[in-house]
Amino acid sequence: MEGNIVALGQAIGAGLACIGMGGAAIGVGNVFAAYLSGALRNPSAASSQTATLFIGMALAEALGIFSFLVALLLMFVGV
Amino acid sequence: MAAGAEEASPFNIHPMDQFAIKPLFGGHELNFYTPTNQTLWLAIAVLAIFVLLVMGVRGRALVPSRSQSVAEIIYGFVRKMVEDVTGKQGLAYFPYIMTLFMLILMSNMLGLLPYSFTSTSHIAVTGVLAMLVFLAVTIIGFAKHGIGFLKLFWVMSAPWWIRPVLAIIEVISFFVRPASHSIRLAGNMMAGHAVIKVFAGFAGALGVGAVVPIVAITAVFGLELLVSFLQAYVFAILTCVYLNDALHPGH
Repeated sequence: MEGNIVALGQAIGAGLACIGMGGAAIGVGNVFAAYLSGALRNPSAASSQTATLFIGMALAEALGIFSFLVALLLMFVGV
Repeated sequence: MAAGAEEASPFNIHPMDQFAIKPLFGGHELNFYTPTNQTLWLAIAVLAIFVLLVMGVRGRALVPSRSQSVAEIIYGFVRKMVEDVTGKQGLAYFPYIMTLFMLILMSNMLGLLPYSFTSTSHIAVTGVLAMLVFLAVTIIGFAKHGIGFLKLFWVMSAPWWIRPVLAIIEVISFFVRPASHSIRLAGNMMAGHAVIKVFAGFAGALGVGAVVPIVAITAVFGLELLVSFLQAYVFAILTCVYLNDALHPGH
């Protein structure tokens, strides 16, 4: 266990970057929760909004994927 | 990193190994003309599309066979999506969006086969697809509306003093589109397929207790089937949304 400060920093940085994915999880959860509560109140309008639902989901999820990408770059692309 | 990954498990699976690009016929050098596993799996995807959409509807039966009805359902689904989002004018671009959808769907799905390679997990592939969409949208916008396409960045419904600020934000969000469009697809595919491999690594390390990760792999695989379809759908529908901006600028 000799000290390798770069590997330590990479691992810590990648772990910190994954916090951002939690934010995306909250966002995607909000999108689907709002859709579901709207859809249960007015089921006849629900099917016309699925496209909007998936666009919203994709936009929220992209930011989480960005932080995942940062973590991957830290772990697997040599510094 | 990679330190410690070598002796971590008896099966020694590194979750990122499946994304390595290797030349098909031995050797190590990669030139732009070298046939790689990437080339192979993209070709298989094209072949699968051909079999489904060309051979499948060859009979043109009034009562469709199974493959014909699958092809017809996919065709109707994408056509309805294009028409809903972009209106009648967008139907001129339907063939391109159908091509994108089928190529991404088949690449994603084929990547789920064991020992296969996911072509869409590489930003080089998705980046080209997203960049073509971006260029096409910009060119179509300027060709149809001339300088009026710039109205896209000038939000008329906002108060006048906030419009310059919004214009800056709109310009940035316009130019970030190809990046987010491509990274979303590649990131989703890479993450999902790596998760399956990570669970497979657990199964190798646990011995008899491997039943738990194997059940988990089954569940994750089901989720990945959904994600594969969903990402192809999202890519296609976002292409439609961007195209709609080019056809009808102005908010």
